Amino acid sequence: MTITVNPPVAATAPAYGEQDLLRRSASSVPAPGRQLEAVSKLIDVSKCIGCKACQSACLEWNNLKEEIGVNTGTYQNPHDLTPNTWTLMKFTEWVNPQTDNLEWLIRKDGCMHCADPGCLKACPSPGAIVQYTNGIVDFDREKCIGCGYCVKGCPFNIPRISNVTHKAYKCSLCSDRVAVGQGPACAKACPTKAIVFGTKEQMKAHADKRIADLKSRGFDKAGLYDPPGVGGTHVMYVLHHADQPSLYAGLPDNPRISPIVEAWKGVTKYAGFAVIGLAAAFGFVHHLVAGPNKVTEHDEEEAARLTEGRSP
Amino acid sequence: MTNSWTDIRNTDLVVIMGGNAAEAHPCGFKWVTEAKANRGAKLIVVDPRFTRSAAVADFYAPVRQGTDIAFLLGVIRHCIETDKVQWEYVKNFTNASYLVKDGFAYSDGLFVGYDEQKRDYNRTDWEYKIGADGFVETDPTLQDPRCVWNLLKEHIAVYTPEMVERICGTPKAKYLKVCEMIAETSSPQKAMTSMYALGWTQHSKGSQNIRGMAMLQLILGNIGIRGGGMNALRGHSNIQGLTDIGLMSNLIPGYMTLPVEREVDRSTYMSTRGFKPLRPNQTSFWQNYGKFFVSFQKAMWGPAATKENDFAYQYLPKLDVPAYDVLRAFELMHQGKMTGYFCQGFNPLLAFPNRAKLTAALAKLKFLVTMDPLETETARFWENHGEHNEVDPTAIQTEVIQLPTTCFAEDEGAVVNSGRWLQWHWPGATPPGEAKTDVWIMAQIHLRLKALYAKEGGKFPDAIRDLTWNYKDREDPHPAELAKELNGYVVETVADPSDPAKVLLEKGKQVAAFALLRDDGTTAAGCWIYTGCFTEAGNMMARRDNSDPDATGAYPKWTFSWPANRRILYNRASADMNGKAWDPTRKLIEWDGSRWSGYDVPDIAPTAKPDQVGPFIMNPEGTSRLFSRGMMRDGPFPVHYEPFEAPIANVIAPRIRGNPVARVFRGDMEQFGEAREFPYAATSYRLTEHFHYWTKNNHINSVLQPEFFVEISEELAKEKGIRPGGWVRVWSKRGSIKAKAVVTKRIRPLICDGKPVHIVGIPLHWGFIGAAKKGFGPNSLTPYVGDANIETPEYKAFLVDIEPISGVA
Repeated sequence: MTITVNPPVAATAPAYGEQDLLRRSASSVPAPGRQLEAVSKLIDVSKCIGCKACQSACLEWNNLKEEIGVNTGTYQNPHDLTPNTWTLMKFTEWVNPQTDNLEWLIRKDGCMHCADPGCLKACPSPGAIVQYTNGIVDFDREKCIGCGYCVKGCPFNIPRISNVTHKAYKCSLCSDRVAVGQGPACAKACPTKAIVFGTKEQMKAHADKRIADLKSRGFDKAGLYDPPGVGGTHVMYVLHHADQPSLYAGLPDNPRISPIVEAWKGVTKYAGFAVIGLAAAFGFVHHLVAGPNKVTEHDEEEAARLTEGRSP
Repeated sequence: MTNSWTDIRNTDLVVIMGGNAAEAHPCGFKWVTEAKANRGAKLIVVDPRFTRSAAVADFYAPVRQGTDIAFLLGVIRHCIETDKVQWEYVKNFTNASYLVKDGFAYSDGLFVGYDEQKRDYNRTDWEYKIGADGFVETDPTLQDPRCVWNLLKEHIAVYTPEMVERICGTPKAKYLKVCEMIAETSSPQKAMTSMYALGWTQHSKGSQNIRGMAMLQLILGNIGIRGGGMNALRGHSNIQGLTDIGLMSNLIPGYMTLPVEREVDRSTYMSTRGFKPLRPNQTSFWQNYGKFFVSFQKAMWGPAATKENDFAYQYLPKLDVPAYDVLRAFELMHQGKMTGYFCQGFNPLLAFPNRAKLTAALAKLKFLVTMDPLETETARFWENHGEHNEVDPTAIQTEVIQLPTTCFAEDEGAVVNSGRWLQWHWPGATPPGEAKTDVWIMAQIHLRLKALYAKEGGKFPDAIRDLTWNYKDREDPHPAELAKELNGYVVETVADPSDPAKVLLEKGKQVAAFALLRDDGTTAAGCWIYTGCFTEAGNMMARRDNSDPDATGAYPKWTFSWPANRRILYNRASADMNGKAWDPTRKLIEWDGSRWSGYDVPDIAPTAKPDQVGPFIMNPEGTSRLFSRGMMRDGPFPVHYEPFEAPIANVIAPRIRGNPVARVFRGDMEQFGEAREFPYAATSYRLTEHFHYWTKNNHINSVLQPEFFVEISEELAKEKGIRPGGWVRVWSKRGSIKAKAVVTKRIRPLICDGKPVHIVGIPLHWGFIGAAKKGFGPNSLTPYVGDANIETPEYKAFLVDIEPISGVA
């Protein structure tokens, strides 16, 4: 369950290393040196009051600076996930046709940490995306080439590419905190314990209790969202209407990795590498012929504009 | 709160009405989720809007703002009609059986004694029949037509389900469902908690809204028990402390009152504060008033408060009006009669009604001093911010002095939470720049004033010259020193009268309990209800032992809960007439044949016999009041009055506008709008992303909710051609604002008295200072009128018009 004590002040053991890797993008890993226990975040939408403490904690912990935006007619701010907003409360007003009652469905959106991660499978850059044996899927920005394939590979439309750094961003499940025995920042901040964190087994057992409670309140279709199409996820939801996940701001009913990405994993990937190789060769030749790229004044202006966060 | 935040987890039914706990109190709301998750509790939300609380409720019913009394009296009627009454509780623990004077009457929305000119009642007849023995006459069989119970039944007869639907706009089926769920808790084995906040207080009849629910809770037997109670969720982290230590213009600490002009000496003052018991054997705890009062005077003026000078009674100001509340203060400022203003830790330019009037008032001041950790709109009222603060600085001569203070995270002291817990905290950060604690600033002002009086003399220097100031560092008293003063200490050693060799109280020691305070000048206590918070055993407020024997939710060793570390008020009412718990699973205290004891500090003398002494010891009756005698200006029972600006006429009393005894200053009545001109019913509220006008200074909060908006229904949007996210103008008779439009299914038009009433929701977090986008507050629109008893402004119900506009530069 979510650890509620304060983190230790003394130095802690180093975070995960090579021995904890289960998968690594566009490359192979040796057999893991140890097996970490599978973890999971459980988001109980029936306990969520949409207060956005999780959003706030995510920005704070990860030291992210989001823009102060505008109101476009909704409580949802920012309006979508961004390179700086890794988690976002999404609000849906739905009139239940069975009861004619309004239901305000509030779902915290963010990376689901799929057991079978489409982003990792799509990623062409060796080691830019890794999966630890506890299930966390993490991005290594040093190795990210900003190609955006992870976005295409994600069945949940989660990663965002920064216009400034040209790197991909998403929730890390606070792998830095989890590695030292802490729960994610969002879970710690949640005032109603709608977000809890623990081993996947604990979370499933906790979900069972919540589902029984919801069924006792007339939500016959209450259930756990742990979609098998992506091998299950390490972020799970308790939904009152588990038969209709898409009610919750378009949560996919049956998420699975795009067939194109699956194909890419096969033969095409190597063909793709060939294309990349050719492009690199072309670049090298281009460099020999035309010399190195020069930064023009126009480029500087563009860069300034981008770093101020405006879209090009 | 009668109970505590942690106790909410013991409830079976939470009713959130007149508040929005999930939105405005998200951390406290965790106890609602605990009650739901662990004991299957249900949550009902009754609100004009489908709120964040409603999002996790088991049942939601809409209600038109300003009609809560009709709804609540309707629920009481339902409970009585269906015999869902905790009879033993009602007969023994309330004044249901007391007989009322024959002169008392009610008709057409008015009680007997109304004076239209004065907008006030002569309340002489709102009183019990007193027998020859000096006690109230009663009829325990409840047969006498003049008993409170029968008068109550007669009074609420008009609030039928049909009438409730007509007034409140709550569909009858939904209303009856709420009635049924609430009525179930009349069982002694069931508890309901009421969680309310400014949704009830900010009305011209706010106090009576709360009484409506309190009466219902008494009829259901839900006061004094675990998981029950009337739980006011305080809007600021220390607003409970503010009222406790008497920071209202008519109070002194511990809910004692400041003298009025005609109370020329202490004996006159005390003559109306004798609180003789109204029934045999009753405690009537306020009989100790004199002890608390004299101890307060000793804490203030020490050796200068003597028996000979009436314990410095004349050092206290005497009120010439009922109170100098905020509305009166700004009215006087507006009239040019108040020329200097100290504004400590608040932002009236955005917090009080009718902003145009406030700006005009502030501009008439000679000086304005603000003490605040943040830059506020009030401190910048003279600065032109375009349409967001359209003023001409050259025309304003007010001198503004801004004193930067520390914020809660930078200083030490106690904050009193809604559950009356005094929780000590320590600084977590060093104050920035020149920021100083409020205590340091006040000390500097006091010492300088004192020096000026010493040097120049003055008309009446005594109260300032003689003020107790025994601090180690006179320039900067330590919070612990102030806390010890509030707790109280022994001034002179007192010997035990039965054994002079024994010392009862030893000079210089901290007083352990308010029962030990005396009216002979031998004890001092700044705030008697806090006595026990800082004793010889140390700082009780700093305790952090979270043990909770038998998981009752009391946490008796966590900090200090006033009074006397009692966690649930009126807890003797948790047991029956034999002193046994109504519900053994909710035991709080029980009578063992000779004493009361249990999980909580008994709210009764430990040896008071259960069949003789009533549980409501603060009342001279010993019981609670379904009929509140002459204690409230607007009636001994609540009555449905429309807001001063209402979309329909008062159905039960069409001639009455607003609350007939609410104070209205000259010129303000003319500024009330009519429904034909301003057809939409507006209300104001908080959003969870922000805290008042503070967090718009914070980048992250501003990201989460960046821009001022108003909320309207899809139906109204269609009618007016307003698109989601488009700009609108909203105006009342007093002002006009621009906002983005949030068009939502969470607001629906209500059918009231046969016609649709559209609701416009206006959140309150924007201004012209800070990180968030510049915007307006609802107070540009709201009327200048307050609650008839305590003058809380009518912020929750007023009239506006709305139109789409093309955009904002």
